[in-house]
Amino acid sequence: MSSDAIVIHELGKQYTIGTIPIGDTTLGESITSWIAGPWRRFRQMSGYDTRSTKFWALKDVSFRVGVGEVIGIVGPNGAGKSTLLKVLSRITPPTEGYVDLTGRVSSLLEVGTGFHPELTGRENVFLNGAILGMFRAEILRKFDAIVAFAELEKFIDTPVKHYSSGMFVRLAFSVAAHLEPEILIVDEVLSVGDLHFRNRCLGRMQDLRDEGRTVLFVSHDLTSVRQLCTRALMLNGGRVVDDGSPAEITRRYERMHYEASESESGIAVRHHPPPEYHIRRVELRGPDGAPTGMFDAGDVMEIHLWSSGPAPENSFTVEFKLLNSDDEIISFGSANPVRDTYYRSEDQHFVCRLGPLPLTEGSYALSFTVGVWNKERWDFWAKAIGFTIGRCDLFKTGHGIANINDGDFVIAQEWLIGS
Amino acid sequence: MLDLAELWEYRELLFFFVWRDVKVRYKQTVLGAAWAVIQPLTTTFAFTILFGNFGGMAKQVQGPYALHVFVAMLPWTFFANAMSLAANSLVGSSHLISKVYFPRILVPIAAIASGLIDFAISFVVLLIMMAAYHVAPSWPMLLLPLYLLGTIVSAAGAGILFAALIVTYRDVRYVMTFVMQLWLFGTPVLYSLDIIPAKWHALYALNPMVGMIAGFRACVLGGPVPAQVILISSVSAVLMFVAGIRYFLQVERRFADVI
Repeated sequence: MSSDAIVIHELGKQYTIGTIPIGDTTLGESITSWIAGPWRRFRQMSGYDTRSTKFWALKDVSFRVGVGEVIGIVGPNGAGKSTLLKVLSRITPPTEGYVDLTGRVSSLLEVGTGFHPELTGRENVFLNGAILGMFRAEILRKFDAIVAFAELEKFIDTPVKHYSSGMFVRLAFSVAAHLEPEILIVDEVLSVGDLHFRNRCLGRMQDLRDEGRTVLFVSHDLTSVRQLCTRALMLNGGRVVDDGSPAEITRRYERMHYEASESESGIAVRHHPPPEYHIRRVELRGPDGAPTGMFDAGDVMEIHLWSSGPAPENSFTVEFKLLNSDDEIISFGSANPVRDTYYRSEDQHFVCRLGPLPLTEGSYALSFTVGVWNKERWDFWAKAIGFTIGRCDLFKTGHGIANINDGDFVIAQEWLIGS
Repeated sequence: MLDLAELWEYRELLFFFVWRDVKVRYKQTVLGAAWAVIQPLTTTFAFTILFGNFGGMAKQVQGPYALHVFVAMLPWTFFANAMSLAANSLVGSSHLISKVYFPRILVPIAAIASGLIDFAISFVVLLIMMAAYHVAPSWPMLLLPLYLLGTIVSAAGAGILFAALIVTYRDVRYVMTFVMQLWLFGTPVLYSLDIIPAKWHALYALNPMVGMIAGFRACVLGGPVPAQVILISSVSAVLMFVAGIRYFLQVERRFADVI
């Protein structure tokens, strides 16, 4: 990178989150607090109250962004992502530290900021464009393109209050998509709208990246972070806890996420099973026989499955589907070949020995079905249990193979090398 | 101090804010912009009957009482409306303020500017009333823009100050309603400047609207120009403006956090 577009130096942002309530126990105390109340509230609103609870939404955040970098920021809710974008967009000042931005900045913390329902689509394009920092001449020049992109030629002179929410979002996004900033700051806007709309957003972001613009965006959608970004940061508790390639960071974030959930224990219990024949519990067991959600490639996984309830027929099968972290089905399994041998009673325990697992590093999930082969389904337990492949070094290179770069699995292979 | 270069850069946004306010103000109303005229006209009518006929004030003023009141009602309505629009403008735009950066001061300034449109419409009514009462326009009327400017500066000063206060202390909204009522009585709208003893004029003129309204009257109805009062009021208007802007700039950065 030749130069820095964004320099962030020891940034901190502190918020006051109200005072500790003082309980009134006697009538006298109630009266005193009622009289003193306005004074206390005045001090509190003016920011002089020392008893206020303060917390750091951001603390010691320092990083640089080179021109042309596309940075994805991930992290759990309350990690400080939105606060960071607000400070970068100059909406709120930092409590300490500083930010240097070089170039024309546009920030898009939501689509359609400033849209007025009483104004027509045409009028709102101009208003919203100006709010986002476009000049009138620029909007005039791009007007036809904006309307065409939103596919709203027929309704452009209708007040926006008569638009459907889809039309509204399309128009709003279309205006934003025609911004030409040197630095773009985007918050979660990709998460609104339907699939078609999301794909167009992604397409537009890809264009921006290819044009060499600097983009900083927050997203919960890890797939788009992996697709779009050249670098990713993970925020947690107001600090940058990780900085690296999008593949690496999103994988670590996913793992952190999974470790926090109960599915990582390797045990899943059904809370509200259907009355028909159903699966009530699933366990994943590792090579040592103990339940776990962490595996390495090459391990053999034992799936234990307990079912109960009245079966409508005595010939049925149990199936699973294996999903990757994008919720795509990547594999399938069925007990169908042995179905006639195992049906005995209402309560049943199935074991499936799966592996050696050819999976690459990342997180996966299993869905289960009980029913008649290719016909009726009595029970479907979607994403019943998740697990993580922590290490995949099937080629003995010493480097992991991650599902982001190299696909979800490795097919067993034999190489013959002649001279 | 005020970053004028930045404001210049954002001049188009200011234009769009004003344009939006004007467009939206009379949307879905039957009478539309006529409301800009109806408000000062009805108050003038009511006051003329009340104070002019029953209160006997008509005899104390020069020229027709209705015109006497309307000439003052014109800048006063603008002042009162613009100021309250400006004062509530920031809180009304809280959504914008928490999502986009722009110089915050544009919001109250746009509110004041949009009030000027209503003023222009009512001004036409003034001309019609002058014709009806056979008051010929005179050369001093060319000075009206100066007094209008003084009124704008006063409204901006007070409006910007109140706008910034209301962001943190919503109490100020309630204070404003009766401040405006008292302010009306402390301004020579319904009566003429002459009923205040001359020795109090200097103090009285600290209210900037005193000088501006006296100026409006002198321009339209003729009569002596109270130069001392107008001078003091002008200085007072400028001081109010500077104070409003200074307070605004001082707390502006916190807006997004407290709004």
